[in-house]
Formats: sequence, C-alpha cells, structure tokens
Amino acid sequence: MLQGWVIITVSFAYIGLLFAVAWFADKRAAAGRSIISNAWVYSLSLAVYATAWTFYGSVGRAATDGVGFLPIYIGPTLMMLLGWFVLRKMVRIVRLNRTTSLADFVASRYGKSALIGGLVTIIAVIGILPYISLQLKAVSNSFQILLGYPEIVMPPKVGSMVVMQDTAFYVALFMALFAIAFGTRQLDAAERHEGMVAAIAFESIVKLIAFLAVGSYVAFFMYDGLGDLFARAASRPDLGILMAPLGAAAGSYASWVWLTVLSMLAIIFLPRQFQVAVIENTDERHLRRAAWVFPLYMLAINIFVLPIAFGGVLHFPQGEVDADTFVLTLPMVQKAEGLALLVFIGGLSAATGMVIVETIALSTMICNDLVMPVLLRTRAFRLTEQRDLSSLLLDIRRAAIIALLMGGYFYYLLAGEAYALVSIGLISFAAVAQFAPAVIGGLYWKGGTRLGALAGLSAGFTVWVYTLLLPAFAKSGWLDAELVEQGPWGLELLRPTQLFGLAGLDQITHAMIWSMIANVGAYLIGSVVRRQSAAEHVQATLFVDVYQQTGEPGSAWRGATSASALQTLVGRFLGPARAAELFMSYARLRGVTSVDELEGDRDLVRFAELQLAGTIGAASAKTMVATVAQEEPLGLEEVMTIIDEASQVIAYSHRLEEKQQELESATLELKAANERLKELDRLKDDFISTVTHELRTPLTSIRAFSEILHDNPDLEGVERQRFLALVIKESERLTRLINQVLDLAKIESGLAEWRTAELDMREIVLESLNATSAIFKARGVQVEMRISPVTPRVMADRDRLMQVLLNLLSNAAKFCTPGSGRVELRLSCDASTVRVDVSDNGVGISAENQALIFEKFRQVGDTLTDKPSGTGLGLAICRRIVGHFGGRLWVESEPGRGSVFSFDLPAAAGAADPGSLAAGA
Amino acid sequence: MAKRVLIAEDEPSIVTSLEFLMRKAGFETRAATDGEEALSLLGTFRPHLVLLDIMLPRRSGLELCRLIRADASLAETRVLMLTAKGGHRDVERGLEAGADDYITKPFSTQDLVERAKGLMAAAGSASGEGQ
Repeated sequence: MLQGWVIITVSFAYIGLLFAVAWFADKRAAAGRSIISNAWVYSLSLAVYATAWTFYGSVGRAATDGVGFLPIYIGPTLMMLLGWFVLRKMVRIVRLNRTTSLADFVASRYGKSALIGGLVTIIAVIGILPYISLQLKAVSNSFQILLGYPEIVMPPKVGSMVVMQDTAFYVALFMALFAIAFGTRQLDAAERHEGMVAAIAFESIVKLIAFLAVGSYVAFFMYDGLGDLFARAASRPDLGILMAPLGAAAGSYASWVWLTVLSMLAIIFLPRQFQVAVIENTDERHLRRAAWVFPLYMLAINIFVLPIAFGGVLHFPQGEVDADTFVLTLPMVQKAEGLALLVFIGGLSAATGMVIVETIALSTMICNDLVMPVLLRTRAFRLTEQRDLSSLLLDIRRAAIIALLMGGYFYYLLAGEAYALVSIGLISFAAVAQFAPAVIGGLYWKGGTRLGALAGLSAGFTVWVYTLLLPAFAKSGWLDAELVEQGPWGLELLRPTQLFGLAGLDQITHAMIWSMIANVGAYLIGSVVRRQSAAEHVQATLFVDVYQQTGEPGSAWRGATSASALQTLVGRFLGPARAAELFMSYARLRGVTSVDELEGDRDLVRFAELQLAGTIGAASAKTMVATVAQEEPLGLEEVMTIIDEASQVIAYSHRLEEKQQELESATLELKAANERLKELDRLKDDFISTVTHELRTPLTSIRAFSEILHDNPDLEGVERQRFLALVIKESERLTRLINQVLDLAKIESGLAEWRTAELDMREIVLESLNATSAIFKARGVQVEMRISPVTPRVMADRDRLMQVLLNLLSNAAKFCTPGSGRVELRLSCDASTVRVDVSDNGVGISAENQALIFEKFRQVGDTLTDKPSGTGLGLAICRRIVGHFGGRLWVESEPGRGSVFSFDLPAAAGAADPGSLAAGA
Repeated sequence: MAKRVLIAEDEPSIVTSLEFLMRKAGFETRAATDGEEALSLLGTFRPHLVLLDIMLPRRSGLELCRLIRADASLAETRVLMLTAKGGHRDVERGLEAGADDYITKPFSTQDLVERAKGLMAAAGSASGEGQ
C-alpha cells in the first residue's frame, strides 16, 4: 500500500497544509491580528532546533553511545533556563537597530563593518552546508526505506547512482522550492516572516506527535513498557554499558562538557535559531514562557530516544539496520503502515522546517551582507542609480536558497556516507560556535573591537576548517587520508585531529578546544592592541548599554517611534537629566504621569526635534530625529559627523558666550569710566568757570583803575596813589592766582616735579617761621614754638614743604584777631610720624566749612570784614602736597575758639636724630 | 537832585572803583558787600539804579533782582547786572530774573557809565513828569 505515489502525495499534502498555515498567518498579520505574537507559538517555533538529526539521529547516537546523545539537548535547556537574558538583550538590540540577520548583528556591533558581515556570512554558509546535507540525507534515506516496504532495505550508497535518479537531489530541489515559496514571496522590510514562523510552530507539533507516537508504540506495544525494555537491555552486555551515565561509550567528561557548551551556543548562533528566537520575536516577554516551554519540549522529544534505541538494537541484533533509521524501521517491521508514514512525515517535517528557516536566514545574510555590498560598490552594475531594488533583492535571495541546497546536496554526495547524522550536525555546531566570542563579548564588553572580532572569527574558523572540515573531506576520500593520519608534510605535530599532540579526545572536543583558544585569544589580543574608532565606540555603547537607552521592555514602537527613544536621543545632546525633565513636563502637559505612557506620535517627534534644534540647529535636529523616527537608520558616518559638528558648534558658542561676557564687563567698565570722565569733565568745566571768575575779578579792578587814572589826569595825589596801590595789589593777586592754578594743574596731572630728599623737619619749620616773621610782626601777632628735641627726618621736597608751612602760617596770621593775635607752631613726633600743628586764636571755622576750605576756590572768611586776600587754592594745593608724601592735612576748629591746622608725614626710616636743639622763640 | 546808585559788590577794590566812577558821573552812591546788606539798603536808600554783582555772598544777585522786581515800591529801580563769568546761562538767568541790562567783568569804565546814565535817563523820562 505504501507505494511511491502514496508517499509523495501525502508528503505534498502535508507541505500544502504547511502553506495553508503560513497563508493563514500572513493574512492574520496583514489584518493586524498576529497569531505568532503569542508566547506558545514563539516557544514552539524555537523547536526548529529539533531537526531530522534529532528525529532520527538521536536514536542512532543513543544506540552506540547511550546517554551520550543528551548534551545536545541539555545545552539548549540550560541556555533557555539560565541564559535567557542574553537572548533578551539581543532581542532588544535587534528591535532597536532593525537588525536583519546574525551577520548584520555582528557587523553592526563592530562599527557596521561590511567585512565582518561578509566573514560571518561565509562562516555560516560553509558551516551550515553539512547540516543541510544532513537533512537531505535523512529525508531521502527515510523515503527510500519507506519505499522498500514491507522489506527493510538500507538505501544504496551515496554516489552509486546518477544524479537524476538520486532521491536526495529531488529532495534538495523541492526543499529549495518550498523555501523560496515560504521566504521570498515578498520583501519584508523588517525581515519578519509571520507565515513561516506559524508553519514552523505547526511542524514542531507534528514532529513531536510523530516521535511520541513511535516511542509509545515501541515501548508499550512492542514491549511491555519502559521497565520491561530497560530490563531486557540491561541483560545484554553491549546495551548495559549504554545506561551508565558516563560510561566509556557515553564519552568522557570533556566530551560532555564541550558538547553541552557547544549546543548552548548553537541554540543562539545557528542562523535559523537566531532567526526565530531573535529576529522573529515580537515581544521580549515571550522569552519568559519559552524559558520553560522549550526545555519541556526538549524533554518530551527525547524521552523515548533510549527506549527506541534499545528496542532497535534488541530487534535488529545483527546491526543489519542503521541505528539512525530505527524510528522508521521499527514500525515498518511491525507492519504499522500508518505509523511508519506518520514517522516519515514527522521526519520530513523536522527536515523541511530546518531547511526552510536556515536557508531563508542564510539567503538574507548572503544577499544583505555578501552580494549587495559588492554589487553596490561595483560601479559597472550602476545599482546606486536604481530606485527600486526589491525585485533584485528577491532574486538574489532565491538564487542563494537554490545554491545553498545544491551546496548541501554536494556535501551530501561528498561526505554524507562517511558520517552519522549526529557527527555531521556537530560539525555545523562547531562552526557557528565561532560566533560566540564576538557576539557575547560584544554584548557585555565595550572594549571588543572590529579588529578583535575579525581576528577571532578568522582564527576560530581557520582552526575549524583545519580540524573538522579537512578530516571530513579526507574521510570521504576527497583528500589524501595521509594528511590526517601523518599531518601535512609528515609533521605529526600538525595532524588535524591531534593538533600539537592533543590526543585522547573526540574530534569535536579536540576541535572546540583549539578553535576556542584561537578564537578567544585572537579576539582579546585584537581588541587590545588597537583602540577602537569613534564609530565603533558608538555602536559598542549602543549594544552594551542597550537597556539604558530605552524604556521598559515591551514599550512597543507604535507609530513612528517611542517616547523613550526620542528622550534618549534628546538626552545625548542635552544631557539625560535635562531630557528627562523636558519629557516629563511634556508628559504632564499631555495629562499622563510618566514618559513611558506617551505615544511616539508626530507631536512628540516635533517636540523632540524642537528641543534638539535649540542645541544643534534645526537641520541637524531633523536628521537626528529621523534616525529614531523612521524605518531606516542614518548611516553611522553621518551621525558621527553631525555629532562632531554639533559639539564643535557647542564649543564655539561656549567661546562666544565667554567673549560676550568679557564684552559685557568691558562695557560696564567703559560705562563707569565714561561716568567718571563726565564727572571729571563737569569738574573741569566748573574749575575753568571758577578760574575764569577768579581771574576776571582782579583784572576788573586793574582795568577799572587804569582807565580811571588814564581818564582823570587831574586826580589828587593821595587818591592817585591809592588807586595805583590797588592796581599793583590786584596785579600781584592775579600773578599769584595764575601761578597757583598752574601749580595745582601740574600736581593734579602728575606733571609736577618733586625733588624728594631726606629733610630735617626742624630746619624747615624754623626757616618758614623766619620767612613769615615780618607778616606776624606787621599784624602784631605773637608766635610761639614748641619743637620736639628729637626730630625725625622726612622724605619730601624741600620747597613744597616750605610752601605748605608758609601757607598755613600766613593763613593763621591773616585770620588772627588783629592786635591780640596769638599763633602757636608745634613740631612733634612718634616712632613713625612727624606732626606739625599751627593753631591760631581767630574766629574759627564752622563744622560745615571745615570740609569746604580744602576745596578749590572755597574761601571762608569773615564776611563782616574784608575778604581774605587768598586765592582759594592754597589749602587745596597744600593738601595735595602732603598727600603726595604720604601724609594728611586736616583742621580742628570751633567758631570763636580759633583753629588748628595740622599735617603729618611718615618719618624717614631710621632717621631719628636725637638733636640738642630745644624749643623756644 | 542827584540820582541814587546802590553798588552791591563783594570785591572791595571793585567797589572802590565803581564808587569813584558813579560819583564822578554825578550820582549819589552807597555800597553793600553782601546780599543782606544790599537788601536793607534797598528799602532805606531807595536807589534809582543797582549795580548788582551776580555772585554776592549771603543773598545772590539773582535773588536780589527777583526781590526788587517783586516789590512794587521799587518799580522805578533799574538793575544793571555785573557778571564775571560771561557765560550765556548767567546772562539769561540775570535777564530772566528781571535785570534791565548786564555788563561783563572786566568792563570798560566808559561803557559802564554810559549804560548807567542811559538806564537812569529812561527811568527818569518815564517817571519824571510824575515827580
């Protein structure tokens, strides 16, 4: 009944069902009611991990190694339970950066390096080809075995027939068509494939049901339950050892550890796993469900592995049936046609699921990270001038899918026969594990650089090729087996399977140890030897600090962008605290309590743009906002340029601000100086006006008397004499006035000459008294002297000091009461100062006038008597002279009680002269 | 009857010269060296002309001029302002205060006497008939 056409019809019917599921999911997604935005669907889609290798190969491995098949499933379980936060971080980064593939992810982390993207793609393609070939082998083998029903016939040797008659070739061909149909019908901007994910989740259920069905059948129908099966197995010496957890067959500790690590990495770094777990993730929270659902799935699909393996070995004790086919051959031998067909469909399901996701993921990488960068850089294709490249992109992806499956087929032809399913798969695992240092390092260490990633990936991949791929080629006869056995050029130290003498390990463990040493070592050294560029640093920060840059997990990108993304952007220029403040106040305006509740709508975008415009200008702000508010991010170089320019502008405006402040203070100083000038100008005007007045007054008398004398020649002698005397007196006054004005002007302008010398104060005082004795005598004024015996010397100009003393003495004489006048002159000193007091018994000076008399042209006289004949400049000049030599001039007086004019001067250093001269005169 | 001239000036030698010039012109003179003194003489002496220094102590010439103009009994009194500063503002202020004429120090004695005579002739012709 299981003729070829039945199998093929059922197969195609099943594939048709998958398409229906995918079509339904796409339709729902288009309607906005995604069915894959669901934690269960997400968890089941992760089970694309379980391929034909799991479906057929685990039993094969268990039949020879016992529990040795387990690390491949313990690894993913551990990763999902303990390492889900790594996935969560990647999901966040992918969502924020619109990452399209694993290659894009790694390239993006290391400064958007096209070189790294290309390298990752090449490693992934070469590494995954064996894995694809594994699926082809499994499907074609199971098809041929099933075709032989009811006989159990092992499929013919690979390559023993013409390609056109080889089932595997057609399997490859049809799978390519499926993948193209699933993954490249349309170009999805976000590289999300809702239909594909739904179909994968569906096939995960099918393969689990199929496997559980055959497991139950073997355990409960062929044998009397698990207990019976294990008891029978234990009684067989060759099977008993399989049950020892770490027996010889199960592999060494090292193998367990390395296989576990390897599969931990595989669950993340296999392109198809990255695709479903990270790229296709719709909500970070789904990871929490997956963290326990996926391990549960792993447990379920493995629970009957050992029972089936034991059943198979017990049933086919001669080893005439390949243990990899037990899952299928056990139902067949029991004539359970339906079950056998279900098993075939389950295996087909596992294989197609893997092939579809893997080839779609790889074709995206090939297209985006390998072909397009080359095409865009090759001017001959003139791609940059074309506006719509989407159909070209789709064609490239389709071609890539076909090439991948053909590559897988040729690998199958080449090495398919030499290895068991599991070994082929592990070679691929080891290849993708090479991404681990660059990706995990890149997620948590900002210091990881492009150079380090390039070095690590290259080194690890080279070791992988040498220690795993070359031996595989050698084993299949493509290369001389001597290369592996003797080492290149007979150098045993370089034998690919026992590199540098490391022996006693299985091939995978051996390869992993060396490749990881090379990879991690090169990554660290490469990262440390050269500093990363600014562009790299920006990306490194974006990746490592991804949580600082966004809001709460799950804050969806509704509309154009998210509030937190805008706030982060604004914060980059205005400082996070300021940005938080601004956005919070905006949120309050909108009537919500937190920024996270804000919708990333046009208004918010405009608000953010406005805030930025204040700092970096409107044009740059628009461009910057576009990086978070639009689909396509800005090129990194542009962003860097903008940031550079903005910081230069900010620095420039800081300098401008400083200059402005300097200008402002200079302006203030100028204003003050101007005020002072105005004041001085006013004083000068006053002075000139006063001087003019003072000059005109004696001149008026001189002119008047001169004219009178001239016009009246007949004047009496006495009157004539009186008038002439007045002319002379006023002329003298005028002369004195002119001299004093000039003198004052010289002192005030600093042009006066000061002949400063050390002077004996006593001598000067005596001389000034001599000079004024005539005036005192004429006015009948009695003069007393009190001169200190110890008279310090002073530093001053002799003539100027005389001028001061003469002025004070003549003033005293002038204001004394005529007839009974008494003037006293006292010279005293202490340690630091010399003091002179001139007191009179005149009318005194009122308190308000005491300040005025030192001003220019302020004369305070007894108005009842004649005006004093001074110029009104004497005291002003005296005060300036004393001040020039560091002393003070002041007056103490009470009206009616006389006045005391005093000045002091600093004593010349160490110039005290204990003279013998005493006072008296 | 000789016309009366009050000399209000604080500079003694100028007072001497003005007294000589006015007497020689045939006027009766009195001199005051400050504002207060001049004010009291205005009432008692009742001058036809005041030679008024603008910068008098105690009461300024300007103030005195305003008082003369405010006093109806002194309506016949002419004021010749003497100013040593000669600035426009002083002249303006003097005329505003009611001075009939002004002369700047140092002055020409001839000019002064002619102006004094002129002022008193005008006053005399205007009020002469009434007396």
